[in-house]
Amino acid sequence: MSDTSFQMDPQPSAWQRFKDSHFFHSFKIDRVAQLSFLIFITYVILALGAPLLSPYDPYDLSQVDILDSEIPPSWEEEGDERFYLGTDAQGRDMLSTILYGTRVSLTIGICAVLLQAFLGIVIGLTAGYVGGRVDSLLMRFADIQLSFSTMMVAIIVLAVFQATFGTELYQDLAMIMLILVIGIAEWPQYARTIRASVLAEKKKEYVDAARVMGFGRLRIMFRHILPNTLSPILVISTVQVANAIISEASLSFLGLGMPVSQPSLGSLISSGFEYIFSGSWWITVIPGVVLVVLVLVMNLLGDWMRDVLNPKLYKG
Amino acid sequence: MTDTNNSLVQIRDLYKRFSISGDFLDQIKFRGGKLVREQEHVHAINGVSLDVIQGEALCVVGESGCGKSTVARTVMGLLKPSAGEVSYRGERIDNLDDKALLPYRKKMQMIFQNPYASLNPRMTIMETLREPVQFHNPSLSAVELRDKIHEVMHSVGVDPSWGERYPHEFSGGQRQRISIARALAVDPEFIVADEPISALDVSIQAQVLNLMMDAQESRNLTYLFITHDLAVVEHFGTRVAVMYLGTLCELASTKNLFAEPRHPYTRALLSAIPRLEDDRPDFIRLQGEVPTPVNLPSGCVFHGRCPHANERCKQEIPALIPLADGSQVACHGVEEGRI
Repeated sequence: MSDTSFQMDPQPSAWQRFKDSHFFHSFKIDRVAQLSFLIFITYVILALGAPLLSPYDPYDLSQVDILDSEIPPSWEEEGDERFYLGTDAQGRDMLSTILYGTRVSLTIGICAVLLQAFLGIVIGLTAGYVGGRVDSLLMRFADIQLSFSTMMVAIIVLAVFQATFGTELYQDLAMIMLILVIGIAEWPQYARTIRASVLAEKKKEYVDAARVMGFGRLRIMFRHILPNTLSPILVISTVQVANAIISEASLSFLGLGMPVSQPSLGSLISSGFEYIFSGSWWITVIPGVVLVVLVLVMNLLGDWMRDVLNPKLYKG
Repeated sequence: MTDTNNSLVQIRDLYKRFSISGDFLDQIKFRGGKLVREQEHVHAINGVSLDVIQGEALCVVGESGCGKSTVARTVMGLLKPSAGEVSYRGERIDNLDDKALLPYRKKMQMIFQNPYASLNPRMTIMETLREPVQFHNPSLSAVELRDKIHEVMHSVGVDPSWGERYPHEFSGGQRQRISIARALAVDPEFIVADEPISALDVSIQAQVLNLMMDAQESRNLTYLFITHDLAVVEHFGTRVAVMYLGTLCELASTKNLFAEPRHPYTRALLSAIPRLEDDRPDFIRLQGEVPTPVNLPSGCVFHGRCPHANERCKQEIPALIPLADGSQVACHGVEEGRI
């Protein structure tokens, strides 16, 4: 049978398959997606390369001079050639601080989403596949968790932590705490989405076939069902990273996020807010724009991906 | 009567009910000033006893919703029976846990109805076939594993070079072959086929059927073959079990059943096979609809539609009566000799 007309071309490589896929094709014809992706990649490169790209090290106090404080961007009349985007109230170069801040914001966003995804996938898969009482119990937990707003939980936890263990310890652990709080507060988003897909997948015959083979529960859950629920996971992940960055920025703005010595975009906005009415708009506005654009492109990418991977619009 | 000594799978008084009244809170109703707990069930199987004899192809036929597939899934342990027993070579298997069932999983395999859903869309064919072999024979080396899979792929007419492809790249018939290959890969003795060809078009049906018959011959398989296609039964089956509303009406060898159907339902079913000559004087029209399996009729489940029903049929549930030619029929009329 091997040399009949059934014989297909030699197996295409993974890259070739990706290039022929519906996913790549719709990316090629969608300008918004291309632009968003380009901007997002730029952000990632800038964030990763911050130590190489930024003219100053904002964490190094020896490079900071208080006399340079509140210098406007270089295109303004009072601007200084050395500081392209001006300086903040402590005399740090805004450009460098923003690059480092983007790095902090993205790290927190991505790590928090990884934690959310881990918890959500494990809980959602278990609830959906095991079903019955386990399902009811886990989903009631999710409902309870969802009935508290993320911000409320985060504010309470962070404020209590700060009050109990002191500000200094808090500043050391700020990034880990933010990741933990945002990660734990948002797992139900994942758990619910995954449970819904698992409920649909587990009725399919390939799951029965796996059970008839005698495979264990864990193997069926993680090797057979999980790969078939990946598209919704991908979609919510992009939106959730944007949400996590926003949450982090809001918490930092409220003074519960990253400390001034290691500013994220949110704490930069917050620290500049006091000076905005005295004319130093750039300390707040420039990181604000950077943050808004980052969140916007991630949401646009998420929307595009949801449309592309929607099985009602495209099956495969 | 069947000889229990050479029966491979025994099904004894199997019952399966599905609750349709939701969880505990939904079941509580307010009736006449009192809180009562009410549960409704679909009675999918009602006391089915069957023996599958080594080496045969036992076909189970019946219309949609009569419990054929439920029997298949209960035999395979995908569903737990509400009552009754399933035994494999005399060992009871329906009450075993997953681990204790493992040795039987290798011997009993299943082929599914829908070839578009029964292969994992995210696994290549090679992965789909390799996983069960590796799982059940962890000691095989990589070369032995590959040879084994290639051998199975050849035997179902699938070229091993297609192994790196995903299921959506194949047609329905090819997928069903791969599905059969997966079942054969662990060297089973007994295969439950749940309407394996009903989702294929007619030209492919014959190919897949012949493939299954070849496999039966070369691998000494026993089939429990669920179908609603009587032409397939005539071609494929050694014996036929006719089901109606979760009960077994008639069990006979294919030749006897098609030559001389005894049960009134079997007669009606066989007379409904389309034939080339159009003027059939003996076409039997049944009155009414199949009753709901939620509230089963009393007595014989078929009495409401049976032209021969009398008072006894409404009261008493008929048991399977062995006849002289080895057939078994569950009908008071046949027993009393009035049909």
